[in-house]
Amino acid sequence: MVALDQSQVKDGVDQETVDAVAKLSGKYKYGWETEIEMDYAPKGVSPDIVRLISDKNEEPEWMTDWRLQAYSRWEQMEEPEWAMVSYPKIDFQDQYYYARPKSMQEKPKSLDDVDPKLLATYEKLGIPLKEQMILAGVEGAEDAPSEGRKVAVDAVFDSVSVGTTFQKELEKAGVIFCSISEAIKNHPELVKKYLGSVVPPSDNYYATLNSAVFSDGSFVYVPPGVRCPMELSTYFRINAENTGQFERTLIIADKGSYVSYLEGCTAPQRDTAQLHAAVVEIIVEEDAEVKYSTVQNWFPGDEEGKGGIYNFVTKRADCRGDRSKVMWTQVETGSAVTWKYPSCILRGDNSQGEFYSIAITNNMQQADTGTKMVHLGKNTKSRIVSKGISAGKAQNTYRGLVSMHPKAKNSRNYTQCDSLLIGDKCGAHTVPYIEVKNNSSRVEHEATTSKVDDDQLFYCRQRGMDEEEAVALVVNGFCKDVLQALPMEFAMEAQQLVAISLEGSVG
Amino acid sequence: MVARAALAKAKADLTADRLDGLTSPDGAAWAQRARSEALARLTDMGLPHRRDEYWKYTDPSSLVAPVAPKAALFDNDEGPAFDGVDRIKIVFVDGVFDAESSSDLQAEGLEIERLSEATQRDIHWAKELFGVLEARNAQGAVPRPMSAMNTAFAEDGVCIRAFAKVEKPVNLIYLHKSEASDAILHHCVKVEAGAEVTLLETGPAAARFSKVMEVDVGDHGAFHHVRAQGRDHERRAYTAQYGRLGEGSTYKSFTLTANGVLTRNETIIELTGDDAVTHVAGAAVGDGKDFHHDDTVFITHDAVGCESRQVFKKVLRNGAVGVFQGKILVQPGAQKTDGYQISQSLLLDDDSQFLAKPELEIYADDVACSHGSTSGAISEEALFYLKSRGVPHHEATNLLTLAFLAEALDEIENQTYAVDLHERLANWLNRRN
Repeated sequence: MVALDQSQVKDGVDQETVDAVAKLSGKYKYGWETEIEMDYAPKGVSPDIVRLISDKNEEPEWMTDWRLQAYSRWEQMEEPEWAMVSYPKIDFQDQYYYARPKSMQEKPKSLDDVDPKLLATYEKLGIPLKEQMILAGVEGAEDAPSEGRKVAVDAVFDSVSVGTTFQKELEKAGVIFCSISEAIKNHPELVKKYLGSVVPPSDNYYATLNSAVFSDGSFVYVPPGVRCPMELSTYFRINAENTGQFERTLIIADKGSYVSYLEGCTAPQRDTAQLHAAVVEIIVEEDAEVKYSTVQNWFPGDEEGKGGIYNFVTKRADCRGDRSKVMWTQVETGSAVTWKYPSCILRGDNSQGEFYSIAITNNMQQADTGTKMVHLGKNTKSRIVSKGISAGKAQNTYRGLVSMHPKAKNSRNYTQCDSLLIGDKCGAHTVPYIEVKNNSSRVEHEATTSKVDDDQLFYCRQRGMDEEEAVALVVNGFCKDVLQALPMEFAMEAQQLVAISLEGSVG
Repeated sequence: MVARAALAKAKADLTADRLDGLTSPDGAAWAQRARSEALARLTDMGLPHRRDEYWKYTDPSSLVAPVAPKAALFDNDEGPAFDGVDRIKIVFVDGVFDAESSSDLQAEGLEIERLSEATQRDIHWAKELFGVLEARNAQGAVPRPMSAMNTAFAEDGVCIRAFAKVEKPVNLIYLHKSEASDAILHHCVKVEAGAEVTLLETGPAAARFSKVMEVDVGDHGAFHHVRAQGRDHERRAYTAQYGRLGEGSTYKSFTLTANGVLTRNETIIELTGDDAVTHVAGAAVGDGKDFHHDDTVFITHDAVGCESRQVFKKVLRNGAVGVFQGKILVQPGAQKTDGYQISQSLLLDDDSQFLAKPELEIYADDVACSHGSTSGAISEEALFYLKSRGVPHHEATNLLTLAFLAEALDEIENQTYAVDLHERLANWLNRRN
């Protein structure tokens, strides 16, 4: 709030918007910490730590070797410097790469066995009882009493709970939804085939580090022709309890299948910055469709920029089959530094990629985010809609690539990125790369940073609306096309975001 | 730090190779200081490499090679541009001043002097400009070693100072008569408060040409710049124009580029006085696999109420490559900025490429900035419409291509120049059919 009150707000941005942005990103309500006894691996990263993580997850040898190879590649690599973000150099040897609650050493068999502190944590996060059981790692939660189920179904994040609750139903449909460590044990043939096939272990600095030290994550396999009967979801919290600092997600949508996947995340408020380097790989086969939605709400650091999460994430979808489709939707409100480019490789003919993003930065936050659309197949289509909102002293950058390869005949791309600045001490930037290598494809890029159009306002005023109404109407659509792409399960968060009333922004 | 160290080493080697054999000219103390500082900057940055961010779409290797690649002379079947215009002609043949072909350099409201002479004088106004805007480098994060090299080694060029509104344009004519010429020219232009001058530039210049122009426009002054880069097929050029604008001043520049193996035109303009206006436009037409054209434009808004407008159009065919990189930077406090940028390409066949990086970097909240970039083929519907009205295919294509380029040509205020360049474009298209 402080930063916003001090700076001058331009005309046309209504106070409600300003307050809502401040409320949303100024006060972090998930900032508390659960005190619980933990098992840590020694500080730092080394081949021994990599082996230890692999060992703790009871992984087969091929997996350990894979990690070790990634580690030796990582040692040769240099930290990327091209993003428009600045932060103190990270000491990779001064942090823990593995942390597990002591009580999780043996998987609890029932709710009664689960550490009450863990239960309390999830309760506090507003995740229903049923989900508490599942997130706390209870085996056999799907057979728990029905009142739990009711709560799960009613809750915002119910799909996480439902996802595991209806494991039997998912199994009946042939869908595999489990943690990646379980998948390595139970479905090695699938993991072997697909892991690292979209984001190779040596892809980039943080992805390579992740390949070496990822501790857990989610695994989804949807067999041919199956429409996943419910939305799947994972909720990540960085806390002592959670080992999700380096998580790895692998989603495989086989021919003609469909799945919608949700991701949420929060972290406690601390003075020192924490690193979160995740990798998400999605494989989309012929005629399959994947929707991936994220509401990213990691701790953003305080008003002076102390603490917060460094969110350095590699997300990529490979549309391998013809007519495959992938859709990324992200709402980025948290993290001190974000470095994230969910991308689409449109390999199959007639495949489609979509990217919808709202990035809100406040105080000292920095976000450098965007997407890559690599068109390789014929008649491929992509659409990018990015809205950046900057307040306080924050810096918000859209960075994207649209590449039309010579063989991607008759392909289309449409890109729109709009920025809104609240206050005169923040920044909004656009860095698009456009590479067109054939003439039957069309690429259109548009970006604006501006105030509400006076002509449109005049038109509305002339029809008898007052100034505020007119502004609201004219800019109503600013974020709507992104929010509309979000699944129902994120309705609560989306609603809060609508309250930001981007109605007050730009055209 | 393996890769970064290797790149730095490669660039240092490249620079050492290029500098070997180049000698800095003599001159007065101020000029020598500017040159040695430029050399220090160059050594510090190193010559550009394909792996540098702002050279990723254009391979600089032939621009930085120790010896300029040969360029066959081109038999120009068209008359020289702006032939009918009453103007002050300043002719350079392969980068060497040609006094005989040039006009008398005395003109009302103007002070024109060759750089080689100006830099000999202990006191000269060019001291405030030579190497100064280039070193200022409004967007410092982007290194411009090619410009620094030009400042350090340019033996000649012109210094033009305008005191009044001057009607007669100054025309720099660059002739190319030697297959192996490697020319470096550096111009300084000072438009005093309230003055106005038009600068025309024509011709291919040399087999390899490096040109830097620094332009300081005083309060309420106006600078008009129209250039036609020659039709030589094999020439290579690196050009940079640095502009600094005072309050209420104007800077308008248009460039037509036809052919050429490699052209890199950089424009770096800084709006430092309130209510200044700059329009930068370009039309480039290229035919053939060896055509590579690169417009790199950086506009910095550092004052209130300024306007900038960029319009760049490219027509590419038979494997030609067009590049556009541009950034509008709005500094904190540069409120009421109006920034506009459009870069478009028309790909006439499937082999040609358009590579673009249009950027916005904005630190002020009360601004209207937009950019657009499109790429595609000629509209089938428009073509069909014309053909259904009996217009032959190639004529219809030319008509639509000219219409596409017209938006950039419209940026030229003076109709005489606009018509001349329009005809040249039409001829270029006709010759290709």
